[in-house]
Amino acid sequence: MSARREALLWAAQRASAALLALCVAVHLATMIYAVHGGLSAAQILERTRGNAAWLAFYSVFLLAVVVHAPIGLRAVLAEWLGWRGASRDWLLAAFAAALAWLGARAILGVFL
Amino acid sequence: MRTLEVRVWRGGAEGRFQHFEVPRRESQTVLDVVTHIQRAQEPSLAYRFACRVGMCGSCAMTVNGVARWTCRTHVDRVAPDGRLEIAPLRNLPVIRDLVTDMREFFDKWARAKGRFEGRRTRRDDFERVAPDSEARRQVDAAIECIGCGVCYSSCDVVAWNPDYLGPAALNRAWTLLRDVREATNPERLRAVAGDAGCHACHTHLSCTERCPKQISPTAGIAGLKRAAAAAALKGEL
Repeated sequence: MSARREALLWAAQRASAALLALCVAVHLATMIYAVHGGLSAAQILERTRGNAAWLAFYSVFLLAVVVHAPIGLRAVLAEWLGWRGASRDWLLAAFAAALAWLGARAILGVFL
Repeated sequence: MRTLEVRVWRGGAEGRFQHFEVPRRESQTVLDVVTHIQRAQEPSLAYRFACRVGMCGSCAMTVNGVARWTCRTHVDRVAPDGRLEIAPLRNLPVIRDLVTDMREFFDKWARAKGRFEGRRTRRDDFERVAPDSEARRQVDAAIECIGCGVCYSSCDVVAWNPDYLGPAALNRAWTLLRDVREATNPERLRAVAGDAGCHACHTHLSCTERCPKQISPTAGIAGLKRAAAAAALKGEL
């Protein structure tokens, strides 16, 4: 049912946007703090490795990105290229999977 | 006597601007200018108007690049330098000169289920609707649409996606969705949700800025999105 799918995608994008607003703010503040504090890579890794709270935060951040970006790209493809339908949605599912894989790799790379 | 330099679109989708000099008068509206040209200079000029007092919604045109109701647009306000460029509304097929084909615009109202269908018959008592209830206040804010097409002509999403129902039809659907007497709202929500409906709106607010009746179709469309999401989560969409 197209109307239902569109409405749910809209809700998912709104909810993920709310999460992203929070996550991006925390992420940027942390980065700026780390750089200004003069932390070295080794010191940063010391803080992230085995840190469950850090893992949980970035997992939520990644989930929000994986949900939000493909839905936005879906509208861009429809409006700019006139590309609608199943082929577009399969490509976007692959895009979401790629984002999830790359993001998970980055998170685990500094957690483990 | 001062004169206005006026360029008026002539032709259909293909055409050119024709130059006229029109006497400047006090309290002159853009519709007065067009009427003067048609009556005194170019009888073959095609344009559309009826009430001349901002009620019928038939005289909207693109004036100096902006869609406006011409009968209530004073020349003072839009042409301080005495130059006017008058063209047909955007996003609608041009029939001739300043006249557009409004069929698609109104067909979309029908597609958005813009017709009231109540539950009660003439044998039932009146429905009591509290004027200060939230739903009724939302209807009141959006109900005065005169169907002039200014919002539709100003909407970028209509230009990109010809299937998009557009601000006026969605605003109409919103007023019915919030009408407690309405019987067919689940179907209406299905008709207006989706790629060609409320979910296509980018919240550019051009419709809200340009509406001569100070309606905010954007607010209504946002309401439709919320209502559609709530219905979808409840499995009712």
